[in-house]
Amino acid sequence: MTTVRIPPPLRDATGGEKVVAARGETVGDLLADLVSRFPDLHGQLRYANVYVDGEDIRALDQLETPVDATSTVILLPAMAGGH
Amino acid sequence: MATYRELLAQVRAEIHEVTATEASHLLDAVDPPVLVDVRERDEWDEGHLPGAVHIPRGSLESRIERAAPDRSSAIVVYCATGARSAFAAQTLDEMGYTSVSNVDGGIVEWKRSGLPVAVSESLAPAQRARYSRHLLIPEVGEEGQLRLLSSRILLIGAGGLGSPAALYLAAAGVGTLGIVDDDAVDATNLQRQIIHSTDRIGEPKAESAKRTIEALNPDVRVKVFRERLTSQNADRILGEGWDVIVDGADNFPTRYLLNDASVWHGIPVVHGSIFRFEGQVTVFRPGDGPCYRCLFPQPPPPELAPSCAEGGVLGVLPGIVGSLQANEALKLVLGIGDHLSGRLLLIDALAPSFTEVALRRDPDCPVCGESPAITEYIDYVGFCQRTRSHA
Repeated sequence: MTTVRIPPPLRDATGGEKVVAARGETVGDLLADLVSRFPDLHGQLRYANVYVDGEDIRALDQLETPVDATSTVILLPAMAGGH
Repeated sequence: MATYRELLAQVRAEIHEVTATEASHLLDAVDPPVLVDVRERDEWDEGHLPGAVHIPRGSLESRIERAAPDRSSAIVVYCATGARSAFAAQTLDEMGYTSVSNVDGGIVEWKRSGLPVAVSESLAPAQRARYSRHLLIPEVGEEGQLRLLSSRILLIGAGGLGSPAALYLAAAGVGTLGIVDDDAVDATNLQRQIIHSTDRIGEPKAESAKRTIEALNPDVRVKVFRERLTSQNADRILGEGWDVIVDGADNFPTRYLLNDASVWHGIPVVHGSIFRFEGQVTVFRPGDGPCYRCLFPQPPPPELAPSCAEGGVLGVLPGIVGSLQANEALKLVLGIGDHLSGRLLLIDALAPSFTEVALRRDPDCPVCGESPAITEYIDYVGFCQRTRSHA
């Protein structure tokens, strides 16, 4: 299982959970596992950047980026708030 | 027992000396020596050799290594007539500097040879007191403080992030602060927007911020823009010339517009955003690292990106994030330290934790990429509304 950090705007979909464990050997598998368990995430993940151990998957192998039990995945959508 | 005259003669025989004209040639070279003025402050203020650094004789040993870290670097020292600097040259020789020259006749001879003298701005006595804690830091010092006083920083928003950022930038002595905000102070702002106060409810935020800043530091000139940043006014506002922009906007259309405008105007942006207990801070430097569109090519649909007005925010969080933004802005102006370009700092006030992720420039970015598709302002409200969730 890999640790996935859920950003505040997506936490309603995970029942308020900030960190969840997900199964998969690649980022793509991991996200599919998340959506299967938290169906409300469907359609929302495409607005979130995905970082594996601090690196953007766009600079790695995108959804094919491998993950394992030691990886930390961060989902990060843009936040507008400033006031 | 040697007299002063004998001692000076002895020292001058041991050190290397150059004439004012020779020094001038050395300084005009492609790789000029480090030029050190060892006189007292009042003498320096009256005029000094162009390009010189001021290290009074009494501080020479402790401060020379910052000006010339390499013992083999060429150093030229001078004073008024060449006597005090002769002793300085001897000290530098003793410290292991291998290429030290003293200007024979000092600045007096330099002027007599018809060579130019620079008069630098200096701080007034009241400023020396106000900024004394900055002056004590080698990385800031008088030169840095003068730089801050002549710098111009534009704040987008005088709200949660803009409040602490503006207060710290004003206190630091940033000479000109621009404030863009069309909103008025509301009772719900006061839980976090600390530049305003209860008696300002109903007052335009930009004016309220100006009053607080002017009461804090009369050195700061505040330029008020009582308007929202738009495609129509962005060039006028950014075109006034700013060293750094602090982004404390509260909506996506303004953030994307500011990104595009700052890329085209070549002005670095210190970005901050907040939601509930979490914040993000980074620096976008046009031409050197990613821009906001490289990070987030598309805004999330409105229902996935609730504002603080909809989702709430812990009052102190903008204080943390806005202060980090002020810190980045000050370093950019001073040219010191590292900054958050290419690094996104994630702050979780609840944990509490600071996490960092790497940001990359997107070569296909529609604004800062190699062949940009967007070269003029677009309909930013439309652009941010077009994104719809397919959930």
